[in-house]
Amino acid sequence: MTASAVASSVHSLWTTAAEPLDKIPAPHIEYVQLSPVLIVVGAAIVSVLVEAFVPRKARYHSQVFLSVVALVASFAAVVGLAAGGYGSTKAHIAAMGAIAVDGPALFLQGTILLASVVAIFTFAERRLDPADHGHRVDSFAAEAAAVPGSDHEKAAIKAGFTTTEVFPLALFAIAGMLVFPAANDLLTLFVALEVFSLPLYLLCAVARRKRLMSQEAAVKYFLLGAFSSAFLLFGIALLYGYAGSVSYDTVAKVVDGSISTVNPALADTMGNDALLLIGFAMVLTGLLFKVGAVPFHMWTPDVYQGAPTPVTGFMAAATKVAAFGALLRLLYVVLPGLTWDWRPVMWGVAIVTMLGGAIVAITQTDIKRLLAYSSIAHAGFLLAGVIAATPSGISSVLFYLGAYSFVTIGAFAVVTLVRDAGGEATHLSKWAGLGRRSPLVAAVFAVFLLAFAGIPLTSGFSGKFAVFKAAAEGGAGALVVVGVISSAIAAFFYIRVIVLMFFSEPKADGPTVAVPSALTTVTITAGVAVTLVLGLAPQYFLNLANQASVFVR
Amino acid sequence: MENLIALLIGAPLLGAAVLLLGGRRLDKAGHWIGTLLAAVSFVIGLALFADMLGRSADDRALYQRLYTWIPVEGFQADIAFQLDQLSMTFVLLISGVGTLIHVYSIGYMEHDERRRRFFGYLNLFVAAMLLLVLADNYLLLYFGWEGVGLASYLLIGFWQHKPSAATAAKKAFLVNRVGDMGLSIAIMIMFTTFGTFAFGPVLGATGETSEGKLTAIGLMLLLAACGKSAQVPLQSWLGDAMEGPTPVSALIHAATMVTAGVYLIVRSADIFNAAPDAQLVVVVVGAVTLLFGAIVGCAKDDIKKALAGSTMSQIGYMILAAGLGPIGYVFAIMHLVTHGFFKAGLFLGAGSVMHGMNDEVDMRKYGGLRKYMPVTFVTFGLGYLAIIGFPGLSGFFSKDKIIEAAFAKGGTEGWILGSVTLLGAAITAYYMTRVMLMTFFGEKRWQPDAEGHEPHPHESPRSMTLPMILLAFGSVFAGGLFSIGDRFVKWLEPVTSFEHGHPPISAGAITSATVAVMVVGVGIAYLQYGRRPVPVVAPRGSLLTRAARRDLLQDDFNHAVFVRGGTHLTRSLVYVDHTLVDGVVNGTAASVGGLSGRLRKLQNGYARSYAVSMFGGTAVLIAATLLMRAV
Repeated sequence: MTASAVASSVHSLWTTAAEPLDKIPAPHIEYVQLSPVLIVVGAAIVSVLVEAFVPRKARYHSQVFLSVVALVASFAAVVGLAAGGYGSTKAHIAAMGAIAVDGPALFLQGTILLASVVAIFTFAERRLDPADHGHRVDSFAAEAAAVPGSDHEKAAIKAGFTTTEVFPLALFAIAGMLVFPAANDLLTLFVALEVFSLPLYLLCAVARRKRLMSQEAAVKYFLLGAFSSAFLLFGIALLYGYAGSVSYDTVAKVVDGSISTVNPALADTMGNDALLLIGFAMVLTGLLFKVGAVPFHMWTPDVYQGAPTPVTGFMAAATKVAAFGALLRLLYVVLPGLTWDWRPVMWGVAIVTMLGGAIVAITQTDIKRLLAYSSIAHAGFLLAGVIAATPSGISSVLFYLGAYSFVTIGAFAVVTLVRDAGGEATHLSKWAGLGRRSPLVAAVFAVFLLAFAGIPLTSGFSGKFAVFKAAAEGGAGALVVVGVISSAIAAFFYIRVIVLMFFSEPKADGPTVAVPSALTTVTITAGVAVTLVLGLAPQYFLNLANQASVFVR
Repeated sequence: MENLIALLIGAPLLGAAVLLLGGRRLDKAGHWIGTLLAAVSFVIGLALFADMLGRSADDRALYQRLYTWIPVEGFQADIAFQLDQLSMTFVLLISGVGTLIHVYSIGYMEHDERRRRFFGYLNLFVAAMLLLVLADNYLLLYFGWEGVGLASYLLIGFWQHKPSAATAAKKAFLVNRVGDMGLSIAIMIMFTTFGTFAFGPVLGATGETSEGKLTAIGLMLLLAACGKSAQVPLQSWLGDAMEGPTPVSALIHAATMVTAGVYLIVRSADIFNAAPDAQLVVVVVGAVTLLFGAIVGCAKDDIKKALAGSTMSQIGYMILAAGLGPIGYVFAIMHLVTHGFFKAGLFLGAGSVMHGMNDEVDMRKYGGLRKYMPVTFVTFGLGYLAIIGFPGLSGFFSKDKIIEAAFAKGGTEGWILGSVTLLGAAITAYYMTRVMLMTFFGEKRWQPDAEGHEPHPHESPRSMTLPMILLAFGSVFAGGLFSIGDRFVKWLEPVTSFEHGHPPISAGAITSATVAVMVVGVGIAYLQYGRRPVPVVAPRGSLLTRAARRDLLQDDFNHAVFVRGGTHLTRSLVYVDHTLVDGVVNGTAASVGGLSGRLRKLQNGYARSYAVSMFGGTAVLIAATLLMRAV
């Protein structure tokens, strides 16, 4: 059974709980419209079978091939649906109310899929580390289950094992991410969250080098993720108690008062505003955790730093897209009647997120942690767009997510290239003078940093401008001021890295820049290309995001 | 015919491009290409002139619009040219004298290995100068204005191995920037006032514009003119500009570029006519510079610097005339043209003398050169007679008209201006006679130079003497040609507007006075330098002499007021920047950094404290949400 099918049957089970069990109707599923998700889930399952039955030597190639084909096919399906009008005129709710097929969902799914394709390329990169016992190795542990430093691990390395399981894990995560922004009821939302979170916890744990750090990161991520899921689930329960339903549509109608019939079984709780508000706040916690907003951000630096860098890039980009998509849908579809309640709260969160991310980033000395804090600050900028509570707010966030995800994956891909004897050289002091040694790599990284900083002619500027413009038009001028101040603070540490790379003397024992295979090259090239195209000629994509900015209800 | 206008500029511009980009392979032919293209420009100018003469006086202006340079809503700048009688006069002067000086330079720069580049710069100058006088709007004029400034800078510093030349070029550039700022501000005011830069609409709309604005534009244009034409208070660069090769001094710093200020004022006549206050300032600037330059010229022993002082003074005459309004415009231009002939001739003569004297410029080490350089002596002598206003020669006619116009200004003002111009004429006669006597008469005073080379004065080659001879013709006949039958007045009248001035005393009396003061000036100089031997080492001299040798302390003044003041201003700004601005900036940065360090400690690596943070955050979210509802 696919994830969505699971979700929808659970959903029908839930909503018809009062009925006798033998009257459960067969669910009506629009397979074509759900095809992007179904393709990826199917590929993930096949991928598990590949792990089980294909000989070890052929696994890597089959997995890479399968993943890329599945993602491309899924993207083609998204494009097909969008071309067929499912993003606009034919937008509707599929799978018996569980999944929305509309503009934002398709736009975000497309973004996630494109980002995933290039992320998978970095997963598959096997040229950066020197061959180990004659075997090409990637960023992942020889055998994740082996205790670090044990004889078992040494034997696995010697045998040339690699963790090809990362591919099915990534595919499951992607499938969950595809559902997350399209989820149209609270339970589907929760299931999708778990479907993409659990593989990510695992992926974080399987770094080839610095394994203990990687495992620590995974455990932290898992514990805190579980904690946040608990909040989310509790919040869902409270909202169900309030509305008598988990469907977005019904909750929204109860909130704005257009449904006032009371389910007798829930007579004690329905319509109780305290449940609504507390439940809303708890659901928000779960989502804000995923986007990495202050004060739910503390996992981000540790996990970003500990996770294998390709995973970090994938996670930083795709998770953020999925989580913001879900947040947008929740706030715009479920709780428009509650705008006056959630806006001030979100204001506060956005401000501390922008400032917190930017300020703490200043004193970071590790490039991956630096990028983690930068991602927190960017979450704050995105929240400013979310708060706009206007259609242009939606489209600006969509555009920003598309722009940001490519910059992020590209930047982390560059991080994988800069290496010394201990693997990736992530301490900033080692990046000194990189521009003299490897001008091209340093220049590319400088482009990404400038995009992060929002310098004109990069996608970062177009995105930030769109978001701030929407926020200002939506009456959040003060937020824009804070945003600009944070950008100024953030510019400091981005530019500092550029200065470090180009104007410092290289160290004698500095890192070398590995020559990547075509895979990482494609990833980085795509990152630069998208960054520049969206910076130089953003209009087409802004229009696309504009057209995609209507949620189906 | 109007399609030829662009070619006027195009030919020398092509030359500049070919010579500057062509590289060393053009070293052998470069000077011929440069000279040829300058000559082409002159021939086209003559053709256009002939064509213009064939049409009636009111129908002589030609226009050519190449394309719209900046086509923006509400802001349109055309690349368009206007060739009327005023522009035509300049075109012939620039391309004619320019061609002669190209020819002269072939000989003068013969041994310079960067000769090709020199001709490239000269061509660039001619193109830019033609653009300046042919532009049909102020923006394009500004383009040419900056172009001649650039060429002037490059040519003053042409011998860049000499630190003095490099410094002089920089000085000229910097002082000119002050003036250029005036022009750009004037253009900006014009744009805000009239919404356009084109001469026609701007000058046609002066009637409906407030006098205050016109005065502001006028004063800014005057500032520009002061910079380019070396008028007080922006005169200090011209003397140093003599560091450039002598043909440059002749072409740019005597005959053409330095007269651009006069062109600007005459071209903007309508603005000045409607702004009497600005006009008064123009007259004052002209009168002050006229005396200033003349006094400086009296004290200089460097032949080129003496001539530079004279140039300043003569342009003072022109500016003064231009400031007199319709009674003076025509004479300003007429003096400009005659001055172009005789001053270029004088400079070329000076160059010829230097050429024969191992580049010695100190007149105290000349003496008796008439025997060694007869052609130079005669041509220089004719130029000399022209500039002092010897009856019948060019300078006599043009200067006399300006003096008359000054008296005709009327009232006390007229008397003061008239006296100043007469006094200037006397001093001119004095210092020019001094130059003449020290250079060509008396005993030879030259000595072996530091390496023991005795100079062997000799006549210059044909390529140098020919231009001198031709210019001498101009010096002798141009004035008469222009004045007899008021030809020049009739020629320019349709463009510049003309009124006959009515001096309070008869014209004949003024002419007699002019001749009389000239004779007095010559006489005093003869007594001082003709009857007595000239000491080789300059005597200490009076206080005024010493001040004049230092250019009447202009550099000291600039240094004390602008350089020191500027330094203090900069220092105090730097101080404010360091303490206040940097203090705030660094303080903010430091406090943000400190905050960052403290916040960073919250990230202690324990999952439990992260969970507490999340729990607290959720609690705050819930509390805030409930609070919002309660409020």
